[in-house]
Amino acid sequence: MKARLVLRFPPLLVDQPVVYKLIKDYNLVFNILRADITPDSEGLMVLEIEGDENDFKQGLEYLEKRGVKVQPLSQDVVMIEELCTHCGACVVHCPTGALYYDEERRVLFASEKCVACEICVEICPYRAMEVRLE
Amino acid sequence: MRERTIEEINEKIKKGTVVVLTAEEVIEMAKEEGYAKAAEKVDVVTTGTFGPMCSSGIIINFGHPVPRIKKSRVWLNDVPAYGGLAAVDLYLGATAIPENDPANTNYPGEFKYGGGHVIEDLVSGKDILLYAEGYGTDCYPRKELETYININTINEVILFNPRNCYQNYNVAVNLSNRTIYTYMGVLKPNLGNANYCSAGQLSPLLKDPLYETIGVGTRIFLGGGIGYVAWWGTQHSPAVPRNELGIPKVPAGTLALIGDLKQMSPKWLRGASIRGYGVSLAVGVGIPIPILNEEIFRRASASDEEITAPVVDYSDAYPNRKSEILAEVTYAQLKSGEIEVLGKKVPTASLSSYYKAKEIATILKNWIKEGKFLLTKPVEPLPGPESGMKTKPCEIRKPYTEEL
Repeated sequence: MKARLVLRFPPLLVDQPVVYKLIKDYNLVFNILRADITPDSEGLMVLEIEGDENDFKQGLEYLEKRGVKVQPLSQDVVMIEELCTHCGACVVHCPTGALYYDEERRVLFASEKCVACEICVEICPYRAMEVRLE
Repeated sequence: MRERTIEEINEKIKKGTVVVLTAEEVIEMAKEEGYAKAAEKVDVVTTGTFGPMCSSGIIINFGHPVPRIKKSRVWLNDVPAYGGLAAVDLYLGATAIPENDPANTNYPGEFKYGGGHVIEDLVSGKDILLYAEGYGTDCYPRKELETYININTINEVILFNPRNCYQNYNVAVNLSNRTIYTYMGVLKPNLGNANYCSAGQLSPLLKDPLYETIGVGTRIFLGGGIGYVAWWGTQHSPAVPRNELGIPKVPAGTLALIGDLKQMSPKWLRGASIRGYGVSLAVGVGIPIPILNEEIFRRASASDEEITAPVVDYSDAYPNRKSEILAEVTYAQLKSGEIEVLGKKVPTASLSSYYKAKEIATILKNWIKEGKFLLTKPVEPLPGPESGMKTKPCEIRKPYTEEL
């Protein structure tokens, strides 16, 4: 199975190799979509985790036991197509290439690549990008 | 080729035999057939542009209430407009913001609503809250007015933009070590990105660089309706360095545009909230270029490879009015997604929509082909490079002397 999760680390855990254990002990494959970790404060990570269902369950139990708060990624950024003017002011700011030009120079949004950093939401002059709660 | 006249082209439009190509299509044709041969065939080239144009606004006459008012101060949806025009005329500028907007006190400001948005709402048919104050006279006794208006209740609403369609524009970068928020968008530190704002090979004044066909009185596509070139735009600066085709290498000519907002559409007039800068209005403009001779055709078929823009630092050079240009890049390079500045590869972004510019050029092409839009001969030409006209700076003169 595969899921996108938000992990919140308490300050005490920030300097420990917690996520590493997911690979080593639970056989899980992950892709870090977003990470915000600073010493002495809560850390945040958005991961896409993939693996066998049983491993997945045990891996999450391990994280929770260590004090990591796990939530499904519940924020989704959406493009309101009728508001987009296809200027491309967002394209250069999108860290994952989820916003891109097609051959016709139309701006398209590949939501599967989006890590909900919300930069586009902040900078779109026409408010065509919006955060929706699932 | 034999020279053409506007009258001949208009006859062809009426007969339905006119040959019209967009400013993008004509590039391809000129490459395939050569300029001379292609110029024989093409009667009109249509251009287009769609991007934030801050020097835009509307004139409204909202009609006389009972009893009458001579308003001196006036607001539309809390956005202040200018009331110093007769009793019920006003001018609302695209960049106006409500007095209680936090602006950049909450840096970088969001600028959620302002003049540009009022214009978009009005053209969309929405009700707008008008609040006005007057001091009261014998002929205009009312001192306060609060009412809803919309595009159908008001007498006139004229889009009058003092400066649109900049002929070329800066590419903005940031040499400082902090993110800056400019009218050219968000610029990441240390040359993190380069933002440009022109449709390049589709842009009206880049395709008629010497103003041979576009002049005062030219009929155009404006905001989805029909408008006119009213005058040269403010800061019109034709006497600048140009390339061998006469295309300016830096921002140069501008146009003042006018048209009836009641004909226009919110698709082509969009309020814009530019983070940390303010509110603006994105305007869609399309201008036809009649191909009167081969030289006009040659210039109208200039491609992105032949048009260059200057790269300017917006952390220091621009705000402090220093004339330093970091690099000269072509629109083809800008559209490739990356340019090189001071030895560094810098990703590019556009604030002007090429996709919409193309759509406008295509709509205008269809209007002409369908006989709905006739071309005009300018009533007056715009001042060209030979006029020596250049934008003047504001040299600050103190209103008192130090000796006092």
